[in-house]
Amino acid sequence: MTSSPVRAGYNFAYLDEQTKRMIRRALLKAVAIPGYQVPFGGREMPMPYGWGTGGMQVTAAVIGHDDCLKVIDQGADDTTNAVSIRSFFRDLTGVDTTEETEAATLIQTRHRIPEKPLHEGQILIYQVPIPEPLRFIEPSEVETRKMHALEDYGVMHIKLYEDIAQFGHIATAYAYPVQVNGRYVMDPSPIPKFDNPKMDNSPALQLFGAGREKRIYAIPPYTEVRSLDFEDHPFEVQRWEASCAICGSESSFLDEVVMDDQGNHEFICSDTDYCRTRLAQQEERA
Amino acid sequence: MMTEPLLQVKEITKLYAANKGCANVSFDLYPGEVLGIVGESGSGKSTLLSCLSARLAPDSGTIQYRNRAGEMLDLYGLSESRQRQLQRTEWGIVHQHARDGLRMGVSGGANIGERLMATGERHYGNLRATAEQWMSDVELDTDRIDDKPTTYSGGMQQRLQIARNLVTHPRLVFMDEPTGGLDVSVQARLLDLLRRLVTELNLAVVIVTHDLAVARLLAQRLIVMRRGEVVETGLTDQVLDDPQHAYTQLLVSSVLTP
Repeated sequence: MTSSPVRAGYNFAYLDEQTKRMIRRALLKAVAIPGYQVPFGGREMPMPYGWGTGGMQVTAAVIGHDDCLKVIDQGADDTTNAVSIRSFFRDLTGVDTTEETEAATLIQTRHRIPEKPLHEGQILIYQVPIPEPLRFIEPSEVETRKMHALEDYGVMHIKLYEDIAQFGHIATAYAYPVQVNGRYVMDPSPIPKFDNPKMDNSPALQLFGAGREKRIYAIPPYTEVRSLDFEDHPFEVQRWEASCAICGSESSFLDEVVMDDQGNHEFICSDTDYCRTRLAQQEERA
Repeated sequence: MMTEPLLQVKEITKLYAANKGCANVSFDLYPGEVLGIVGESGSGKSTLLSCLSARLAPDSGTIQYRNRAGEMLDLYGLSESRQRQLQRTEWGIVHQHARDGLRMGVSGGANIGERLMATGERHYGNLRATAEQWMSDVELDTDRIDDKPTTYSGGMQQRLQIARNLVTHPRLVFMDEPTGGLDVSVQARLLDLLRRLVTELNLAVVIVTHDLAVARLLAQRLIVMRRGEVVETGLTDQVLDDPQHAYTQLLVSSVLTP
């Protein structure tokens, strides 16, 4: 084993064993009922709600000594949140961390699914701010639960209808609602709809943790995930006219970067690992 | 041969306290029939309507409903999902306050389309066309289709609520004081509209009102309630022109005439 010891005075992966057990029980239930939101006793984490406490608790509950952790925020490995969460778990578990998508067994993410295809045995953990897809139209939790139970999902299409009525197309670009396994409608957390097709029949296990709302849900491997749409306005992902200024990719999700105060801007891959790998391959060939 | 009743109500009782609620109400409702329930405030009219429309379980008694397939269903023996399915496919519920029956946060078109989307319509163009059709049917300006109901007047909101309910072609509509709170000219237009729709679509309607003029105009049969009990029933004209019970006599003689 390559792991180094845990920081003195702390339990492995910060949470106590009973808490981890409680979260694992919620996770098992979530995996058994794909897309169903399981309530759990969310704990205080050493950072504010909204910074990814739900995802961290799930990670803490599933991480083991042999795991290799990758953390991304907006697709990047080098943003403040990603760096902090990675060092937090390195400190408190001693597990290996990586920036390579293929090498990781656990990937905690916010806003993106990596561009490289995931493989069996990997777990993708999402940080979720608002787990309830019906919340925008129904403020009552009692009522939304009943709507899920009775599969009363007519209102989901109202949001899409309003988009088309106002903008002429489905303008929802992130947190685009999906139906999991033909049953539960689920909010895929604020990932761009560009990533929605990657959830469908993914070989990796996908876990979702919402810390403030105290909900856990999951998509088991090889589960059908369908994005809601209309027959005459089918689901579409974003397209860019530009390509990545660093690696030239034309098929990845691009971020717009302002270059100076003259209004110049460039587009670059939001997935830093994908971009770096492509660059290395190009240099090798050259 | 007589047609089969659409709704069979037997000894429905829902009491919050003695004489508070409704007790021992029985009646049959036939397809295409408009039944008025009149009575003073607190006489149990709305409680009865909630029981009938599967929104409030009665203490005792049975309600049977014959669905499109001709099966007789025991309303409170059904699962909650079947009840909701009935509510949004075969029934309409028009609330006294349009705000209770509308989604105020989304456009008028979306309000009309909601039931269709809930029952599986997934074609935006069709939804749009249906919404426009219904808006003109209830005399709403189709230019307002993308406006939110908050920007509509009270009468428009009420008409939107009616369109939203009728879009799935229900067979039975429950109305709780549909003209309450509207000024008389708007009331008259709404009543004309309701009367036209009821005949055109062959709707069965249970309408709760305390306004005898509304009852006279719309209802073929009347139930008069007082302190939770039915005191008189009969054809509307018969009840209003020749009231038998002391309370009905009081009610009829209390109508103001300008």
